[in-house]
Amino acid sequence: MSAPPPANLKANPRLDRWVRFNADRTVTIFSGKVELGQGIVTAMAQIAAEELDVALERVATRPGDTSVGPNEGYTAGSMSIEQGGAAMRAVCAEVRKLFLDAAASRFEVNVSELTICDGVIEVAGTDRRTSYWELAGEVSLAWQATGEARPKPPAQYSIVGKSIARRDLHAKLSGAAYIHDLELPGMVHARVLRPPSYSARLVGFDAEGVRALPGVVAVVVNGRFIGVCATREEEAVRALEGARRVARWDEQPTLPEPVEIRELLPRLAAETKVVAANRAPAAPTKTRHEAVYSRPYLAHASIGPSCAAAMFAGGKLTVWSHTQGSFPLRGQIARVLGMPDAEVTVVHRDGAGCYGHNGADDAALDAALLAVACGRPVLVQWTREDELAWSPFGSAMVVKLAAGVDAAGNVVEWRHELWSHSHVRRPGAGDGVNLLAAWHLDPPFAASTPRDAPYPPGAGDRNAVPLYDFPVQEIVYHFVSEMPLRVSALRSLGAYANVFAIESFMDELAAAALTDPVAFRLKHLADPRARAVIEAAASKAAWRASEPSNGTRGRGIAFARYKNASAYCAVVAEIEVTERIRLRRAIAAVDAGHVVNPDGLRNQIEGGIVQATSWTLKEAVRWDANRVLARSWEAYPILKFDETPDVEVVIVDRSGDPGLGAGECAAGPTAAAIANALYHALGVRARDLPLTPERVAQAMG
Amino acid sequence: MTERFTLRVNGGAHEVAAEPSTPLVYVLRNDLQLKGTRFGCGTGHCGACTVLLDGNAVQSCDTPLWSAAGHEITTIEGLGDAARPHPLQQAFLDKQAAQCGYCINGIIMSAAALLRRTAAPTDPEIVAALDRHLCRCGTHVRILRAIRRAARELAGKPLA
Repeated sequence: MSAPPPANLKANPRLDRWVRFNADRTVTIFSGKVELGQGIVTAMAQIAAEELDVALERVATRPGDTSVGPNEGYTAGSMSIEQGGAAMRAVCAEVRKLFLDAAASRFEVNVSELTICDGVIEVAGTDRRTSYWELAGEVSLAWQATGEARPKPPAQYSIVGKSIARRDLHAKLSGAAYIHDLELPGMVHARVLRPPSYSARLVGFDAEGVRALPGVVAVVVNGRFIGVCATREEEAVRALEGARRVARWDEQPTLPEPVEIRELLPRLAAETKVVAANRAPAAPTKTRHEAVYSRPYLAHASIGPSCAAAMFAGGKLTVWSHTQGSFPLRGQIARVLGMPDAEVTVVHRDGAGCYGHNGADDAALDAALLAVACGRPVLVQWTREDELAWSPFGSAMVVKLAAGVDAAGNVVEWRHELWSHSHVRRPGAGDGVNLLAAWHLDPPFAASTPRDAPYPPGAGDRNAVPLYDFPVQEIVYHFVSEMPLRVSALRSLGAYANVFAIESFMDELAAAALTDPVAFRLKHLADPRARAVIEAAASKAAWRASEPSNGTRGRGIAFARYKNASAYCAVVAEIEVTERIRLRRAIAAVDAGHVVNPDGLRNQIEGGIVQATSWTLKEAVRWDANRVLARSWEAYPILKFDETPDVEVVIVDRSGDPGLGAGECAAGPTAAAIANALYHALGVRARDLPLTPERVAQAMG
Repeated sequence: MTERFTLRVNGGAHEVAAEPSTPLVYVLRNDLQLKGTRFGCGTGHCGACTVLLDGNAVQSCDTPLWSAAGHEITTIEGLGDAARPHPLQQAFLDKQAAQCGYCINGIIMSAAALLRRTAAPTDPEIVAALDRHLCRCGTHVRILRAIRRAARELAGKPLA
């Protein structure tokens, strides 16, 4: 019995959409999963080389190109290895089988008599041999995959499972490598003047004055979308400054009063639904506990500003973008420009890390609009201010937890109530157009109706259902459809706040039960893999139950299985509290099933911990009545090098098991482990993120 | 008004014509095609655009062209290329000290300036040299490891 074909292969069944053999004895793989800094292109090449039995160096990659590759939706949600990798593995296994069948009939032998070594197919023990490249003329890949070829057993892997060095880094560490570095013949540089606030109306603009500035090729005004194109980049930057000086805006105080998130969100319009309920007969409870947690709006805050290039020629549009989803973006651009999808090509080029839905797609529409309007190829780049203030934010959230505990200290009832906006306002999601410039055109396009992805895996409610074995559970989601700030997907979506809340609350319940936090978790957790990562992290950290704090140092633990279906991760945080919290050391244990590239996994976990430390200790988007105030690195500080913790990652070996997406699994556990360490150090519980000195002082009363 | 300047970059002399106030980063990237210097913020707060000016790390996004003329400018391309990387580039590759990689070249330039004046820097000295740099992927741990490794190699000490 063969397993059903992976979903991404079912959606893109033609084999030549995935693999091509080239005359120079290389093979090109086409994947919808793109490089965001997570190393996926290297991992995908490892998977293909392994299944095809060719040397890794022969595998060329061409990800995220709508003109040639498969539509795999978005590179998001820690699904690239789980789903994209599974599809690539199945494709390559099937391609391998087709070539083996062809070689068998050429040599009139059984397939079982053939071997493949670096693409050379040989009748074992003879000098009769051929290769993928010799047979490429007679083996057509213009067929639909059957999904019947069996991939290699993991025990035979020689490339998958190795810490292969990233293939994109040599170029990145020495010269041109990013979309920002693209040069098209006859290209102009462009900048876009955004309104000063979400609702600002353009009431006056002297386009002629801007057009007269040195080097300006075009000034494009459509509604409240203003773009400038110039020959030289600094001329485009000066034209933008000139445009800013002459644009007159009517701004209204439309943003809500910037009160605490825990007060703000429950005040806004919401729809309530029950995510999950398990109402077994309730055991008698001895004590009840309740606590409310919150996280602020968070910025993606990429180091490189969003950027895109576009070229419009002969009625066809080509757009280069660091998008996470070339196909959905193509559809949205075509819709805005009134073009058929087939006339638009979107090609992925690497950008700076995005960590979710940042301004990448918006910049792509900017470039498309300007290329069409000015008749020249365009490279557009956002300003730092717009990157921070106009990209979507990760939604603020409030989580209210309640538990009933029996006389033996067991949690017998659990209620999780959450307030959140949508986490999936990506272009292509829903009925509208989710691209910034489209909302500013005259007439404007409407954004999609607010909705969130259904559970499982959920979005705002991602990881709201605890993995613990609580007999009575109720999970309620107040979906806050009223969105004062622009929001969409930020790494781990709602899991960051839900896990922060659940794992903080577990710590509070453990303290109330006078039980060590590690033992308290294990007592409520049957899943052996969950137990294993908690035990591995505690062991590596030399965790000692009931270890007292010296009043400045503390340690805390937290755990989650991302989406309750992907990687397991436990984090121990060791902090020092003086005037502020410093994370000194973090120890993580992760179970990601069979690991394609162990060093790549470590890099993702290390990065996830350090990034979540930055969110947890420092970050919050602020606003006033009119405007978002996060417009510079001074107004939106992130973790600096003098705040770097030591990080150790333990990988729990699960060779042979299916791979589990791991790119986002560390965020929630990190936040809670730090908050729990603060409690251990000072005996105070801080429930509102970020854990700034002011917040810690507040919590101390 | 456009003026002509002679820039000394990576050991060579280059004639460029631009407004004197033009930020150096645009001239390096567009006129000289030295794309390894990245634009990040334009205000000198993130360090992505760091280059060496007479051996000192400066942010090329807020260094005007006129002030760079007449000085020795070194960019990442002047340290080494993909085929022959500088020990710092090699250390970053060996330690796989990058995720998206966008911030790294600026960081390497600041590390190069540090190692030029301090042969065996302490950890606090390394951290201080990175005070004007930001990394969003959270690669901090590996970045520090890579710089320590390069420092040991350049000092002729055994590598860790």
